[in-house]
Amino acid sequence: MMDSPRTAISNPPVQPMESNLTERDLVRRSATSSLPPPERQLTPVAKLIDVSKCIGCKACQSACVEWNDTDPAVGENVGYYTNPNDLTPDMFTLMRFTEWVNPETDNLEWLIRKDGCMHCADPGCLKACPAPGAIVQYSNGIVDFVHENCIGCGYCVKGCPFNIPRISKVDHKAYKCTLCSDRVAVGQGPACAKACPTKAIVFGTKEDMKKHAEERITDLKSRGYKNAGLYDPPGVNGTHVMYVLHHNDKPHIYADLPDNPHISRVVETWKGVTKYVGLAFMGLAAAGSVLHGVIGKPNRVSEEDEEHAEKLVERNGRGAG
Amino acid sequence: MIDDSLVQPGDAVHPGKPVIVDRYGPGARINHWITATSLILLALSGLALFHPSLFFLTALFGGGQVTRTIHPWIGVVLFISFFVFFFQLWRANLWVRNDFVWLSRFTDIIKQNEDRLPELGKYNAGQKFIFWSMTGLILVLIVSGIGIWDQYFGEATAIETKRYAMLVHAIAAVLIICVFILHVYAGIWTRGTLRAMTRGSVTGGWAWRHHRKWLRALASQRKAGPAE
Repeated sequence: MMDSPRTAISNPPVQPMESNLTERDLVRRSATSSLPPPERQLTPVAKLIDVSKCIGCKACQSACVEWNDTDPAVGENVGYYTNPNDLTPDMFTLMRFTEWVNPETDNLEWLIRKDGCMHCADPGCLKACPAPGAIVQYSNGIVDFVHENCIGCGYCVKGCPFNIPRISKVDHKAYKCTLCSDRVAVGQGPACAKACPTKAIVFGTKEDMKKHAEERITDLKSRGYKNAGLYDPPGVNGTHVMYVLHHNDKPHIYADLPDNPHISRVVETWKGVTKYVGLAFMGLAAAGSVLHGVIGKPNRVSEEDEEHAEKLVERNGRGAG
Repeated sequence: MIDDSLVQPGDAVHPGKPVIVDRYGPGARINHWITATSLILLALSGLALFHPSLFFLTALFGGGQVTRTIHPWIGVVLFISFFVFFFQLWRANLWVRNDFVWLSRFTDIIKQNEDRLPELGKYNAGQKFIFWSMTGLILVLIVSGIGIWDQYFGEATAIETKRYAMLVHAIAAVLIICVFILHVYAGIWTRGTLRAMTRGSVTGGWAWRHHRKWLRALASQRKAGPAE
């Protein structure tokens, strides 16, 4: 039996399928040290976004809103096509539009990148999260937020190398793209990929998506995009949302897509050495105090001390009298 | 004139057996316990989010969401109450030369060779260390804390700034908890100290043993002061 959908185009499976993204499929769970290994390994999946095929129609955004039943507020025009202006707790994916003049050709290129969670193999959000089970990673690569465990602290925002999670002002929980885990679990591809009219967004196993990307890159290179390539950044051990970029040598031109994303060293220090050394420090201070309290001799005021004080006060009192 | 660095308003000696010395008035004591309670609640709620093994502490506050919500507000209470305290005490905590002498005889402090230590004013170098490190750390904590108080100040700082604020906040919190442990333990080890923060007074013997210069100043103030 197939464990993950191989495409987003096909209709839902006719045979009823057992939901497969369960607690048993977790490979990582936030703030949890002893997670039992998953009982099975699901086939890693990925979404591939070919920016060269994107026409900027925003069908993916609409499909995302539709499926996730979010209700983003009507946006404001701030002078460019990107709408809303940024990702929000109600807008998990966003077409970011960039007008870029290619210095080599002096052509204006209209770059459109569908922004959203990249589903990192090494997720910074999950590493930063202090709430047990609020962020999980399944064996198929999907990184998901479990809202009933979320405490709204925003640590995931600091952990994320792509600036993706958004904290709701309404229920104070973090939101982001789920890679439609609730669809994938029952054999369907993500809503955005299903809605995309040019198949700029495709979905399948990570292996298939890499192969597909190779074909696309070969095609783009044959058309003169010599730097075309796959964006699957190794700094986060690869991602389960990948891009085909026609200018893969400079990802930052696509609305500040990081050139070499990795979990911030500051976050690593905070969540690594600080956590362990800090706890040890406090533990030692407390244990040392208790130990000294038990074996050490308390510093007691003696009878002589009291007599000295009495004499001193008496002397001065007489002097005043 | 009363020497501010030695004797503070409200300090007084009462003859008797034993001599009783007033050290903290009711206002200062209430404020101290507000600060202390806040610090303990902050440590508990902060530790809950610091290490997964301590996340269970959120249950004390009614869950993770509540813990996350109230932690910064308790921080504001601590900040205000501590700095009320600060402005009452800072003069008496200024560093003097004798503090170096006292500190350099560390083994005599531990071995309780009080006669080999210099006579001290209202606070010794250890107490001054606690006072100034609390002051510095609370300032660092409130500033870094506001930087990561995303519910109200989320847009005020960049994510990279927040990452540093997070790290600084965590380190400062670890340090202040260690200072707090030192403060509490010193108060327990040095018998007769706790009553200064409960009843507000200490015995003359305690003052003679630990803060003789302060006691002398108070005693002579009685002599020079207005008739009672």
